[in-house]
Amino acid sequence: MVAADLSVILPEILLSVFAMAALLAGVYGGKDRWAPMLVWAASAAMLLIAAFIGLRGAPGAVAFGGMFVDDAFSRFAKIVVLVSAAAVLAMSQDYMQRRGILRFEYPILIVLAAVGMMMMVSAGDLMALYMGLELQSLALYVVASLRRDSAKSTEAGLKYFVLGALSSGLLLYGASLVYGYTGTTLFSGIVQVAGQGDISLGLLFGLVFVIAGLAFKVSAVPFHMWTPDVYEGAPTPVTAFFATAPKVAAMALFARVLHDAFGGAVRDWSQVIALLSVLSMFLGAIAAIGQTNIKRLMAYSSIAHMGYALIGLAAGTALGVQALLVYMAIYVTMNVGTFAFILMMERDGQPVTDINALRMYSRREPARALAMLILLFSLAGVPPMLGFFAKLAVWQAGLDAGLVWLVVASAVASAIGAFYYLRIVFYMYFGEEDGDEVETNTSPVLYAFLMGSAAIMVLGIANMFGVDQAAAAAAAVLVN
Amino acid sequence: MESIILFAPLVGALLCGFGWKIMGETAAMWVATGLLFLSAILSWVVFLTFDPTAHAGGHYTVSILRWIESGTLSTDWAIRMDRLTAIMLIVITTVSALVHLYSFGYMAHDDNWREGEVYRPRFFAYLSFFTFAMLMLVTADNLVQMFFGWEGVGVASYLLIGFYYRKPSANAAAIKAFVVNRVGDFGFALGIFALFFLVDSVNFADVFAAASTLAETQLTFLWTSWNAAELIAFLLFIGAMGKSAQLILHTWLPDAMEGPTPVSALIHAATMVTAGVFLVCRMSPIMEFAPHATAFITVLGATTAFFAATVGLVQTDIKRVIAYSTCSQLGYMFVAAGVGLYSVAMFHLFTHAFFKAMLFLGAGSVIHAMHHEQDMTNYGGLRKKIPYTFWAMMIGTLAITGVGIPLTGWIGFAGFASKDAVIEGAYAGTQGGYAFWLLVIAALFTSFYSWRLMFLTFFGEARGDRHTHEHAHESPMTMLIPLGVLALGATFAGAIWYSSFFGKTNEVAKFFGTHYATPGTEEAAAFAAANPKASELKYAFDGAPGEGGIYVAPDNHILHEAHYVPTWVKLSPFVAMLLGLGIAIWFYLINPSLPGRLAENQRPLYLFLKNKWYFDELYDAIFVKPAIGIGRVFWRKGDGNVIDGAINGVAMGIVPFFTRLAGRAQSGYIFTYAFWMVVGIAVLITWMSIGGGAE
Repeated sequence: MVAADLSVILPEILLSVFAMAALLAGVYGGKDRWAPMLVWAASAAMLLIAAFIGLRGAPGAVAFGGMFVDDAFSRFAKIVVLVSAAAVLAMSQDYMQRRGILRFEYPILIVLAAVGMMMMVSAGDLMALYMGLELQSLALYVVASLRRDSAKSTEAGLKYFVLGALSSGLLLYGASLVYGYTGTTLFSGIVQVAGQGDISLGLLFGLVFVIAGLAFKVSAVPFHMWTPDVYEGAPTPVTAFFATAPKVAAMALFARVLHDAFGGAVRDWSQVIALLSVLSMFLGAIAAIGQTNIKRLMAYSSIAHMGYALIGLAAGTALGVQALLVYMAIYVTMNVGTFAFILMMERDGQPVTDINALRMYSRREPARALAMLILLFSLAGVPPMLGFFAKLAVWQAGLDAGLVWLVVASAVASAIGAFYYLRIVFYMYFGEEDGDEVETNTSPVLYAFLMGSAAIMVLGIANMFGVDQAAAAAAAVLVN
Repeated sequence: MESIILFAPLVGALLCGFGWKIMGETAAMWVATGLLFLSAILSWVVFLTFDPTAHAGGHYTVSILRWIESGTLSTDWAIRMDRLTAIMLIVITTVSALVHLYSFGYMAHDDNWREGEVYRPRFFAYLSFFTFAMLMLVTADNLVQMFFGWEGVGVASYLLIGFYYRKPSANAAAIKAFVVNRVGDFGFALGIFALFFLVDSVNFADVFAAASTLAETQLTFLWTSWNAAELIAFLLFIGAMGKSAQLILHTWLPDAMEGPTPVSALIHAATMVTAGVFLVCRMSPIMEFAPHATAFITVLGATTAFFAATVGLVQTDIKRVIAYSTCSQLGYMFVAAGVGLYSVAMFHLFTHAFFKAMLFLGAGSVIHAMHHEQDMTNYGGLRKKIPYTFWAMMIGTLAITGVGIPLTGWIGFAGFASKDAVIEGAYAGTQGGYAFWLLVIAALFTSFYSWRLMFLTFFGEARGDRHTHEHAHESPMTMLIPLGVLALGATFAGAIWYSSFFGKTNEVAKFFGTHYATPGTEEAAAFAAANPKASELKYAFDGAPGEGGIYVAPDNHILHEAHYVPTWVKLSPFVAMLLGLGIAIWFYLINPSLPGRLAENQRPLYLFLKNKWYFDELYDAIFVKPAIGIGRVFWRKGDGNVIDGAINGVAMGIVPFFTRLAGRAQSGYIFTYAFWMVVGIAVLITWMSIGGGAE
């Protein structure tokens, strides 16, 4: 029995063992001197595990009495999480080493966070959910304040920690209410109680608190306030990590809880999600206009993108979940490329985050500027790029579910949001030089990620590399 | 072979337009010209070897590709090859090839361009593109493909009229041509819609087969019930009116002379403007079932012929005279088509292409010699300076005025054969009515203004700038060769093909690939008794609609009757020509002060003609000014205040306000953030418990 359970969670075990071994090696071995090697090893380990998950036998197993679910949905999410985490880790090595903040704990923490995320997306029980969430969060609190000598970095870590604790409290309170009114913490048990007609007020309260706790993790408005500060304060590679893998994991967890545990009460939570969605889209679009710091700007951008992705969730259908997964996969790809570019921005070896420094960038680096242009167009949702098809997918799901007002609102928000993406393009191609131009670091790794990501934005429109089919299969498991 | 004819100009346009940077300017122009000559030679081969009897229905189709497949609308891109197409092919490719060649000389130096600016490959590419579009139009086997070509030539015409894009007048003329044509195209499009609505197909084969049914169908349009065939014929003719510059929609053609002269020769004389005539002939199966619509075509064509000829009398710009002459001659063609003589309409189209292209190219040669001076009052005495051009223009004038041996029918210049045929047909078709008399008067005016042009330009004393006259020089060979080739056509085209276009009914039917019926013995005997002098049997057309190039109904005997009009009718155009010539000699050679005095005496009439019957002023007041007014209201009030106001208000007022608000909310203090989270959850809980799905 236990052996069967263990074989189901084998990827998580393997990755955890790797983390422990790396920790031992780091502590008793070369400490920070080994850090670069550990970064590459961790990156490779995560890619290997991702390949292992993708290639192992047919999904559909359940372990530990239903607390851990290994299905097509969780596998899709895990692969996206692991690949993006590996990508961001690989991008950060050069940057952090040159700034002297590459500690050997960093790759280990990232791996542990990834294990937490894998736990999250596979959770079949409120306790498993909480365990995964906290494992992830605790690792993230630490990496946010990785730069201990920087006030901003420590402030970011502290803010994240305190607000994260608050959100955990909300989530736990909601979980206790749900347990109280259903008598079980298993999703499969909750859905039997919640699926019978209208749900009781107490259970509804529980649901709303759980939603609030999860909304914090995906930084949906009004639980988003931590995002700009943390993104700005944390070292840029950490910000890149925050913007990618945890968002996918939290969004997948969101979908899992709402569909697996509250699948019978779609009508009740759909409107809450729609409200969070519309608020996120508009705040993300409007607040970003005032930003000149590209990291803060990307924070608002990610808030807005979470809003669009939530349309898929608000639809409450299999098509909606499929759209959500496609959206997240494309979003992560765009962000990896964009952050690769941001990591390149520096002057005299110091990182630069002011978008004014990009004036006439196209004249100095035409290839990079073009790649960034493609990524920004894609982020803004300009048609030929893949980002547009992500939006199109969630819009189709929204229209299919009758959420016309939400789709229209999101179109308006995306028109407003296009402004700040296009402003960067404007600076790069038409702005006037004022002498404070950014230089570009020549790391081949970053260059490869930037170009690869931009190429995917253009080439992916042919068939999305089969991601949409995989997402459809994953969504079909979750919603039935 | 047909595909090569069609695509050679397109290949030329693309190579010349996009490849000149690689090939070099001269090579690119030679490529375009060479491909057109290839196309022209093949066209002549096709025309001369085309045997309608070898193909079922007198035509064959060369399929190129499936084009549109949408619901019941199924359209191929295909070449319909019949006599009508073959005629148009030689007209288009021959004139176009010669104009290409001519342009080497004419466009060599141009003051409209700055030093080092490359404009010639662009010009050649446009010319070749135009030729391709025109070929698309005439080879179409369905109305949609024809419309594609129709619009294609419109675009090419727009580009070429506005070729000197730094000249405001050229731009205005280009826009005018495009907009006026749009009115006609709207009618054409409506006609196509109506056909598709009723027949459920746009292919000629299906449309023609349904022609007789259409004549018995009623169609409600604009709250009125119409006969379907009449309505469709009328709508299609509106399209033809626009393209062929018939009255009401004619105003763009004189202005189109802003384009370089080779363009005027190719597009605005020989080919594009005759597309309307071609359309009417092509749709002859429908026209034959629409007696009222064709009567309208006859009247309007005759009126245009008369109107344009009167205006031509007093113009002083050499190109404008010829432009009005074109407009007038197109009226002749429509009269022929209107009375049911489609073969004669094509005959005049065919001969007109040669002598009018020649007149334009000759005028271009004069303009070239006179350093782009176009006002005839500044010419005079150029005969000795540019003798070749003079003789070319002389042949053109002899052809357009219709010089020949009267009563033989065909021994004479090209215009003699075809124009007399039109006038005789008009007499037979309207029983000596309105159209006939207007055409005869127009023939007099034609003769007068054509000779006036000759005398003012080549005879008398040199007027105007002396320096220009001293430097007047003959044009290069590239310009003279085309003139020589066209001179052959203008001289002999009428005589050679007279019997094919305007011979006995059986000859014409054979030429166009349709059937004819031989009268029975009794009928023949009765006819011979009634017409003792007649040398021919009374054959009648007997083809089915869609068979061969044109369709003539079995009860349409105009072609036969036109040969038996009274002798004075046959003489009338010749007399009119002599009269015109005589008056011109008197006015401009014997007594050159007379025209000025006459203009003083008859000032109102003179101004009326000089100002082209005030059509432009009228349109300006009725359409242009109100349209500009409405446009200004929408622009200033609608677009400026409402739309821009709203967008700018949102983009520059409201959004930044919220941006500042969001910035302020982001205080940086943890307690604010926590506060907002609590507010958020409180709102959500309240909303869900009051308005949500809870029981």
